[in-house]
Amino acid sequence: MNLLKLNRREFLTLTGVASSGLLLGCNSTLSSSPSSSDVAKFGKNNDPQTLNLFVSIRPDNTVDIINHRSEMGQGSKTGIAQIIADELEANWQNVNVIQGLGDKAYGSQNTDASSSIRGFYTKMRQVGALARTMLEQAAADYWQVSLADVSAKNSRVRNKQTGAELAYGDLAELATKQAVPDVKTLTFKKPKDFNFINKPVPIVDLHDISVGNTTYGIDVEFPDLVVAVIARCPVLHGQVKSFDDSAARKIPGVVDVIQMSATTKPVLFNPVSGVAVLATNTWAAIKGREALNIDWDLGENAGYASNQAMQAMAKRVTQPAKRVAHKGDVTEGFKKAKQVIEAQYSVPFEVHAPMEPPASTAWVQGDQCEIWAATQNPQAVMKHVSKLLSTTEDKVKVNVTLLGGGFGRKAKADFALEAAFLSKQSGRPVKVVWTREDDIQSGYFHAGTAQYMKAGLDDKQKIVAWLQRTVIPTIGSTFNAKAFAPQNFELSMGFNDLPFDIETLQSEATGAETPVRIGWMRSVLNIPHAFALHSFIDELAHSQKMKTPDFLRLAYGKNRQVNPFNDFNFKKYGNYSEKFKKHPILTARFKGVLDKLTTLVDFNAELPAGQGWGLAIHRSFVSYVGVATKVEVKNGRLNVLDMQCVVDCGVAVNPDRVQSQMEGAMIFGLSLTLSGRIDIQKGAVVQSNFHDYPLLRMNQCPTMNVNIIKSNHYPGGVGEPGVPPVAPSITNAIFAATGQRYRDLPLKDYLNV
Amino acid sequence: MIDLKINNQTYQVDAPDDMPILWVLRDLLNKKGTKFGCGVGQCGACTVHLNGQPIRSCITPVMVAKGAEITTIEGVDEQGEHAIQIAWRENNVPQCGYCQSGQIMSAINLLENKAAPSDRDIDNAMSGNLCRCGTYPRIKKAIKQAASILAKNNEKISVNQLSADEGVQS
Repeated sequence: MNLLKLNRREFLTLTGVASSGLLLGCNSTLSSSPSSSDVAKFGKNNDPQTLNLFVSIRPDNTVDIINHRSEMGQGSKTGIAQIIADELEANWQNVNVIQGLGDKAYGSQNTDASSSIRGFYTKMRQVGALARTMLEQAAADYWQVSLADVSAKNSRVRNKQTGAELAYGDLAELATKQAVPDVKTLTFKKPKDFNFINKPVPIVDLHDISVGNTTYGIDVEFPDLVVAVIARCPVLHGQVKSFDDSAARKIPGVVDVIQMSATTKPVLFNPVSGVAVLATNTWAAIKGREALNIDWDLGENAGYASNQAMQAMAKRVTQPAKRVAHKGDVTEGFKKAKQVIEAQYSVPFEVHAPMEPPASTAWVQGDQCEIWAATQNPQAVMKHVSKLLSTTEDKVKVNVTLLGGGFGRKAKADFALEAAFLSKQSGRPVKVVWTREDDIQSGYFHAGTAQYMKAGLDDKQKIVAWLQRTVIPTIGSTFNAKAFAPQNFELSMGFNDLPFDIETLQSEATGAETPVRIGWMRSVLNIPHAFALHSFIDELAHSQKMKTPDFLRLAYGKNRQVNPFNDFNFKKYGNYSEKFKKHPILTARFKGVLDKLTTLVDFNAELPAGQGWGLAIHRSFVSYVGVATKVEVKNGRLNVLDMQCVVDCGVAVNPDRVQSQMEGAMIFGLSLTLSGRIDIQKGAVVQSNFHDYPLLRMNQCPTMNVNIIKSNHYPGGVGEPGVPPVAPSITNAIFAATGQRYRDLPLKDYLNV
Repeated sequence: MIDLKINNQTYQVDAPDDMPILWVLRDLLNKKGTKFGCGVGQCGACTVHLNGQPIRSCITPVMVAKGAEITTIEGVDEQGEHAIQIAWRENNVPQCGYCQSGQIMSAINLLENKAAPSDRDIDNAMSGNLCRCGTYPRIKKAIKQAASILAKNNEKISVNQLSADEGVQS
């Protein structure tokens, strides 16, 4: 026998848990197949009865729930179903989650900005409550009693007068004939009655992932499908001059070679100039691409060097720029200051590098196109593919596969457009596969930026003046060739929303060259802005000979609402697309995170030489996250020893997924802080794979702990907000350990990591 | 034509000698559980066992597998109830899940070689497997849990074996 094998019951017995305790530990597949008597009762037809856009119920009691958001590891496929199933009073064992197609009827499916739960919490509760009310009404009609005399629980409706019960499967057809209730008349559950919300429900794909039974974008397969690998111009806005494909066409398996169309301005989500090799398998396509001989016209960006550009940004950030927010007269403020501190910071270009590189399949037939893509935004695929094919969006059907990571990369529809273009050109179904080199070199990059901070403090350690400046190669350039100045949403991310009690403030911003496609990456401009802001706060604390937590408490001031619209005259504050009334900026929530962190970590403790704690607390995507990091620096080697995370994200729909997102965010933040940097020389990306764009490995991973603050606030974002505080918490810890301040990332430039 | 033995089944594939095992599995045999991550042996997403040893299938030519036995994630256990797979689920390890086939294949090999791995053993065995989502803390926890469960189970088996042996003697 294989001693490594035992079944789950044996496993759990040996863990000391008699039963798993968590009856929620099921997967999404059917656990209640209809019995023979059921089949007799309902006939052979087990067609779903559709109660609304998201909920259908089958005669065998299966509750089909549509998840309309893309699943890329953040867990919202499970979270959306939890919310609906809770108000629906469904039995989780019967829940079957179905991935929704691209369809505007669902509302936004753009799975970025940490918006799946915060954007749909109320709506999904309504969806569940609507369906439940229709089932209850159907039962009330059947029993000839009033709606108040029935109640739903565990996929059954009970007659309170007689105690009789009817299963959802029996009621479903009758329920579909009910008038759809007015949302205003719906009743919602009290939080204490939640069955699934606030519970650590295992993700619905857990079993399939553990046995390799999953379909990501790269896994799409059907007969006659060909795989395309594309040689893209290494420099943005360069072009193919000419190419020789004779050697490529000799590779066994290669079926076609197709030139991509010219790169557009703005680049949008359009394919870029290049040559595609189509083959019957991926390996042949890769070999075919290697055999191409392409003569490029590298174009206008061929002289760009990122090291020079970063130096230019570092210089520009010291010069006055356009005022984008202000409070009072900062010049007067500095006159009052007893001490003035200034510093400048930078974070380089980065790339997303999801474990699954971009992949999409398209099949164009006549004026119809069907797509299977690992996309974060199926509606963007519909919109842009329909334009590419000169057809209408209703002719583009988009199937969303699982995503092997996204981090913002797969919110760009370019790889689906490449597949659609090649399918149209070749007349075949085409799967475009990006290699890792493609992913590192041809993506939509997180831009390198520079920040400058200057603060004046009075003799009571109060900040009386604050001047800050940011230089950003704007994301707007991807969508508007003339865009240069930073966009308001970029300045709303950890810049013009700072939570400190400051007497006078001036905020300035300007743009920089955009020689590559600029995109958004997990937490976006919060990465550099939080790095600068929370490094600088730590510098201010040390300048006042104060412990950072004490200085922070002073700097937050009294419990209040920070209002960038009025306080900083920043009339275009974005607030992550949330209404400010619903999600105000509250210093009490920052302080709540700080209080919890200081119970977890003794920032006053004497540590061995070379060790130190650092912290940073940041609000982004309307959630508040604090990270405290302990490091050791010895003989030029940096060891990150421990990380403590505290998150206040309002209601945590799935606390286990909130925890896992915070763990992941800390590791994502560690990668970019320790070793993340994309260099561009002669307009082309230098790095090419994981050997020169290293991600954190297990042996570099510290112990970590996540604390979720219990909260009744409306849910905030979870996928991104854990990232911004990580970098400054590490560099602040290094300062505490060594007295050395690092203001330019990554740290591998100074230390062995 | 190359004869391959994969998960105790034999297959005949028409592949060039230098085609990596990864693409033979994925594109010629439609076994998609093994994933592509980097193509240069840097990330471990493509890890399978060749004669019981973990290899990076993206850089291992198929000719190496002639006469050898390949085990992929699909062949670990029919029910998906290998102790490592159970531990993965009990600890809710995966996020996006893409790298997990490779992680599981590396972890299984670790436990086959070290029944009670230390933190350092786990780091050594698992640091070749990247996870961009950041599931390392849970992977470590799951491996330790699986190891301790298996130790208890083996103890139980040997006790049963002992009493059974004694039964024979008496």
